Amino acid sequence: MRRDIFQAIADPTRRAILVLIAVQAMTPNAIAGHFDITRQSISKHLRILSECELLVQKQEGREIFYELKLDKMKEIDKWLAQFRKITEEKFQQLDLVLFTIKNKKK
Amino acid sequence: MSQLFEFSVDKEKKTIHITREFAADRDIVWDAFTKAEILEQWVAPKPLKAYIKELDFRVGGRCLTAMIPPEIITRWSLQEYTRIDPKSSFTTRNSFCDENFEPLNSGSSITTNYFEPGIDKTTVRIEKIFDSLATVEWMASNGFKEGMAEGMNNLDEYLRTAVIPK
Repeated sequence: MRRDIFQAIADPTRRAILVLIAVQAMTPNAIAGHFDITRQSISKHLRILSECELLVQKQEGREIFYELKLDKMKEIDKWLAQFRKITEEKFQQLDLVLFTIKNKKK
Repeated sequence: MSQLFEFSVDKEKKTIHITREFAADRDIVWDAFTKAEILEQWVAPKPLKAYIKELDFRVGGRCLTAMIPPEIITRWSLQEYTRIDPKSSFTTRNSFCDENFEPLNSGSSITTNYFEPGIDKTTVRIEKIFDSLATVEWMASNGFKEGMAEGMNNLDEYLRTAVIPK
């Protein structure tokens, strides 16, 4: 099953995890310390975020740290910004076309 | 002349909402969204030009659009009309295909355009729902690069000179 970013951010706990690790890489235990839920469900959220390719694991000694992989977020935001700009310009073109049609009808 | 333009994204619902006002009656705006000869004049981001190969505006009909000359095209933008409520709204299923209508990927989006009449204006509300992030990613890497090519704002004033009567 392919997971996607929208699924990643659909859950409030996962959004909170992303906010936490955006600041610094953290171990699963340190992350779990911020939430009032079982270690098991934290692991599940971390697994989903990893499958969405939003997290990367880093081994430091015996500890595993999770850190945020931002590329995909940036890619989508960039595309959305482009799409917005293109849409805005298209509609400015349409303004001119409509203006012309109205003039012809007069 | 600056018209209302709103653009918002709901990532959780994979939906883009756009609201835009146009200074024309609803009949004119409706035609501009549904007739090939008018769509071709505005639907491509400058400096690109839109080529509409086919537009069959009825439920089950389709619209095939390219942004580069058809002779060299390998990718068409396909819109299938799934619902039409004349002068009020219409819905399309959007995807990309090759010249034989073979889809280029499994991704699609559903767009509904609503036309609300006002006094000397028409408000168009657009709701675009993507089926998955994979589609958005594909769009991000394939769909709009041409449109954002450098010099995009180097406009040749095509519209101004071509369509505004002397």
